[in-house]
Amino acid sequence: MSESIFGIHAAALELRSQRMGLIASNIANAGTPGYKARDIDFAAALKAHMGGANTDGAASTATRYRVPVMPSLDGNTVEMATEQTAFAENAVGYSATLSFIRGRIDTLSRAMKGD
Amino acid sequence: MNLFDVAQRAMSAQLVRMNAAASNLANAGSVTGSEGEAYRPMRPVFAEELDQSTGLATVRVAGVYRSEATPEKRYDPGNPLADAEGNVFEAPVDENAEMVEMLESARQYQNMVEALQTAKQLMLETMRMK
Repeated sequence: MSESIFGIHAAALELRSQRMGLIASNIANAGTPGYKARDIDFAAALKAHMGGANTDGAASTATRYRVPVMPSLDGNTVEMATEQTAFAENAVGYSATLSFIRGRIDTLSRAMKGD
Repeated sequence: MNLFDVAQRAMSAQLVRMNAAASNLANAGSVTGSEGEAYRPMRPVFAEELDQSTGLATVRVAGVYRSEATPEKRYDPGNPLADAEGNVFEAPVDENAEMVEMLESARQYQNMVEALQTAKQLMLETMRMK
């Protein structure tokens, strides 16, 4: 149902939301020794979803460990600048997807109301 | 576990860290009459806590450890706390290290708050969609 109305945007929103959680986990673990930062390769996840995987499966197959620019002595690979930009980029993507969905809803409700 | 749990626990962990640094700073310069009694700086160690079902990872304080640094022995016979040889033992607190620790902790706390704010905003926008 939601698939036919919203097209790819429903899955995209769910993936964006999962990615947001993952990046927030990285930010939360900025001071944890030995923590390895992870991120979802959004394009790969969306491709996997279009290939038939459900969103959870697509997100987990597209999850990658972050390669640090400069490894730190305690084994933590969280770099604040990287995480912040990734978080911001993801938030903008989430907003964009949300406006696509909103546009779709507006179109449908206008068609139903008939004005 | 959801994003709010992640942020809340991360902020609590940073608060523990900040309190430890504050305690260390407060005890800088405190003296005792024996080496064993001297204040040893505290340092919390964080550990990752992964929630398998959601894939989110939050933080927990794995423990608060006491520094192994030896207290500084100082000859001060006039001090009422001095031992038989006239020595007092000063807490081995490195003020600069504690200040850096505090700054780093505050910065990480701030980052978490900012991320939480953005996430909350997006969630609210999603909910208000008509």
